[in-house]
Amino acid sequence: MLIKKIVSLFTSLKLTVTLLAFSIVLVFVGTLAQADEGLYGAQAHYFKQWIVVGANLFGHYVPLLLPGGYLLGTLLLANLICAHIQRFQFTTKKIGIQLAHAGVIVLLVGQLATDFLARELQVNFIEGETRGYSDSAMDYELVFNDGNNVTAIPASLLKRGAELKYPSLAFTIRVKEFWRNSDLNFRPPMMKNSPSLTTNGIAAKFDFRPLPEVKTTEQKNIPTAVLELADTKNSFGDWVVSDFAGEPGIVQGIQNGYIEQVGAEMARKIAGDLAAPQSIATDGRTFTFTLRPERVRHPYSLTLLKATHTVYPGTDTPKDFRSRVRLENSTTRENREVEISMNHPLRYGGYTYYQSQMTAGDLVERAGQTPSSVLQVVRNPSWLTPYIGCVMVGLGLVIQFMKHLVGFVSKRKVK
Amino acid sequence: MKKIFQKWFPPFLMFVMALWFFGKLQTPKEKDFAFTGFGELPVTANGRVQPMDSLARNSLLQLRERQRLYLEPWKEWYEKQKSISAIEWLANVMMNPVVADAWPVFRVDHPDLVSLLKLPEKDRAKQSDGKHFSWNQIQPVLEAFNEQNVQVQGIKGPDRNAYQRAVSQLHNQITLYARLKLAVQPGAAQDWPAELAAYEKFVPAAVAAARAQQAGEKFDEEAFKEFSGYIQAFQMMSQWEPPLILPPNGTREWRRMGDALLDVPRGVAVDTAMRDYAKMSGALAANDADVFNAALKDYKASLVPAQAQALAKSRAEVFFNQMEPFYNATVIYILAGLLAVFSWFNLSEVLRRSAVWLIGLAFVIHTIGLVYRMILEGRPPVTNLYSSAIFIGWGACLLGIILEKFYKNGIGCVVSAGIGFITLIIAHHLALEGDTMEMMRAVLDTNFWLATHVVAVTTGYASTFVAGFLALIYIVRGVFTKTLDEATGKSLARMIYGIVCFATLFSFVGTVLGGIWADQSWGRFWGWDPKENGALIIVLWNALILHLRWGGIIRERGLVVCAIGGNIVTSWSWFGVNMLGIGLHSYGFTDAAFFWLMLFVLSQLAFVALGLLPEKKWRSFRA
Repeated sequence: MLIKKIVSLFTSLKLTVTLLAFSIVLVFVGTLAQADEGLYGAQAHYFKQWIVVGANLFGHYVPLLLPGGYLLGTLLLANLICAHIQRFQFTTKKIGIQLAHAGVIVLLVGQLATDFLARELQVNFIEGETRGYSDSAMDYELVFNDGNNVTAIPASLLKRGAELKYPSLAFTIRVKEFWRNSDLNFRPPMMKNSPSLTTNGIAAKFDFRPLPEVKTTEQKNIPTAVLELADTKNSFGDWVVSDFAGEPGIVQGIQNGYIEQVGAEMARKIAGDLAAPQSIATDGRTFTFTLRPERVRHPYSLTLLKATHTVYPGTDTPKDFRSRVRLENSTTRENREVEISMNHPLRYGGYTYYQSQMTAGDLVERAGQTPSSVLQVVRNPSWLTPYIGCVMVGLGLVIQFMKHLVGFVSKRKVK
Repeated sequence: MKKIFQKWFPPFLMFVMALWFFGKLQTPKEKDFAFTGFGELPVTANGRVQPMDSLARNSLLQLRERQRLYLEPWKEWYEKQKSISAIEWLANVMMNPVVADAWPVFRVDHPDLVSLLKLPEKDRAKQSDGKHFSWNQIQPVLEAFNEQNVQVQGIKGPDRNAYQRAVSQLHNQITLYARLKLAVQPGAAQDWPAELAAYEKFVPAAVAAARAQQAGEKFDEEAFKEFSGYIQAFQMMSQWEPPLILPPNGTREWRRMGDALLDVPRGVAVDTAMRDYAKMSGALAANDADVFNAALKDYKASLVPAQAQALAKSRAEVFFNQMEPFYNATVIYILAGLLAVFSWFNLSEVLRRSAVWLIGLAFVIHTIGLVYRMILEGRPPVTNLYSSAIFIGWGACLLGIILEKFYKNGIGCVVSAGIGFITLIIAHHLALEGDTMEMMRAVLDTNFWLATHVVAVTTGYASTFVAGFLALIYIVRGVFTKTLDEATGKSLARMIYGIVCFATLFSFVGTVLGGIWADQSWGRFWGWDPKENGALIIVLWNALILHLRWGGIIRERGLVVCAIGGNIVTSWSWFGVNMLGIGLHSYGFTDAAFFWLMLFVLSQLAFVALGLLPEKKWRSFRA
């Protein structure tokens, strides 16, 4: 009896209608909230969520309770599948509707799979640079390298007050601060500066301070941590590790930023100071360490040969971005040049490389900077599902629609 | 007799309106200066080669929201005002600023800004309307203005209030005007052809002086000083980034006049294009039409072998500008809509047929405009917000015609005329932002996706609006008139249902194609971008209506009320999400746009409320 009730609930059109109505409300609220919470914040709060509690709209907190994206998606999927099984008849009469609904199922399942399986990375390199790995766009790692072994600690473990011990490391890491987003300033010599965070390494020459996390997709969080390193006998003092120093692209950006203020020579020196490796020595081993984006290694490498950025004549409106890269893979003995441009990605080795931002063109060259290019790298095993789903739904609706139309027209003709 | 009248009046009416349209195609005869011919000259501005005429019209639209310059704005609307064409204005700005600087071309709407800058108030005796000002009036208060402008430029666009936006707008207007003024000659030029000749003659001596100065030798100080004066003036003409008026000549691409002048000391000779422009300038300043026309003819002749294509394309665009297809179609839509509405009351077949014929004419003109634009741009129909309005109107008009063909009850005509008219008015206001044939940014530069995703989504918009408009007709006729009999109501509901099916198909396919485009260009099928979400809401809403109908949860009136909701969600997706100022599709917006969107949404809610009135309040349903 109960089972029957549940089945009839899950096959009912009333449930479909209710879920669709809630979906509309959720998408609307989740869109408005982006102005306050940012795209990623809103995604996590409303769409990649089971239950939504409260919303931030127009700068105000609004108390409300809504089913989240996951819940609605799952229920819609269950509703669709149940109804499909129950009402499925192999007749030409309903084939359009059934095809369309099957297509929606493919789309929903595909998106769910994408959500769990897809990985977004990036490659940020200057002309002439070779990369055998991609960087994570959101996740960072603290890396210790003693020349033989590399120990990578995910930044998610770097919580303030945490104490981390690793068998491969001869010392303990105490996390004194962890800022998900931060800012840095050069400490000009011969000037009265505020006291530095610590006198070790880069902190002697740069000031770091926390910043609120960014909300828009155009900006990027740059994390910084203050660590105390100590073994049983002695302490190695406090050290600042920062993505400012860990990512060559950011170091380059800082250098470019200082060129105008202090000249090319000085800017290069500042960048050199920032990128200078930090290390401690203990037990006859020297550990260099840095905080940088998480890396995914590939069995092949890409070298940026040329970054081209063209604009429409007499304007700054970008006309075209393209990167010429050399693809080398020793296992397949491949060595070829590829051109990646907007709307023309490179699909290779299960990853897809898309042209993203670019620092190149006349202005960059006149400023004496080396052109660089950022490629978005995506791994998404279920990338084909939207294509299939779209064809199914489109075809299904067209069949159904044509049938209606033909019936309607012939009926009017008879009159 | 009556039969003949009934049969022939509708086509006759259409014939009259067609004559009216063709009559407007003729170019006005010019008495002395061949400004129309000047308007055909190609120039590179806004990233594309376009005729001077388009540059003139778009600049004037940005400055004072009209495509003609009215010279006596202080006169009342019923008085005859002297006016000149946009191209005559532009020729004078570029080459005869002494005259052009006195014309009231800057429109300043914010009263605080007017009083802060001590610009003249509305006063007929002093020939001022308190809104339109000349460069001669603006220039003395530039210092005070800049003080304000510096403050405003420090504030981000979305955070500015109305006053700050007015300041920023005037700043843009001044920049635009300065750019146009520096396109042909330096700002301080008195007699440009003579000055150009003098400069050319002087260059060898100047170069020698500069070389000597650099080498630390004795140099001609007088010549050096004069030379720096020239260079400074020409650098202004380069740095302000005016339009590129000099066509490619062999080795060089389109150039600014300023850059070409700066190249002269580097050994690049003054070419014929530079000389011809100087001749035109001298003739215009001297008010000598014959010399002007001769120089213009020479210059055009010099363009023929190498730039024949650019010149031909320019001419085609000038013809398009003069045709004003969308304006003319708007006028005919209004007429046709009125005829169709009247036909409901006296049930006159002649009126309805007249409306059908006129809609046909308006649709043809609308189509000509749409296709002409596509050919000029070499693009699919929709490339920006402006062209989406044109296309939605066109698609809705086509759907209306199809409905009319089947139902023959004037309803299709009213849909065509109503949506055609409203969308073209919206397009007209969107055109105030400047060039509507702007170039496509890198990621949008793909005709394949513009032709598939964008066309499908806008067709979805158009059809959802048609369903909503049908619902409005149902409610207005039902509540306020007695003309909604059972058969009409039924046929309206059937139309709405059919159109909602159609809208579901197109909005769904369009939305998913957009996702696939995103997957192709940055590997993310769905990113919850506001515009994506807006399109998704339309799909969900249409799907919701269909499921409600299939489940029998709503019937005829429920369908009508829900279809009006379609108007709201579509307008939200079309304009509303852009106003959030976030995401990939945020194109910026104006206060006015926000006001009208809110008004539209409120009006639709009011219609929903009317639709929910109990049946006995409906005039048509009272027994």
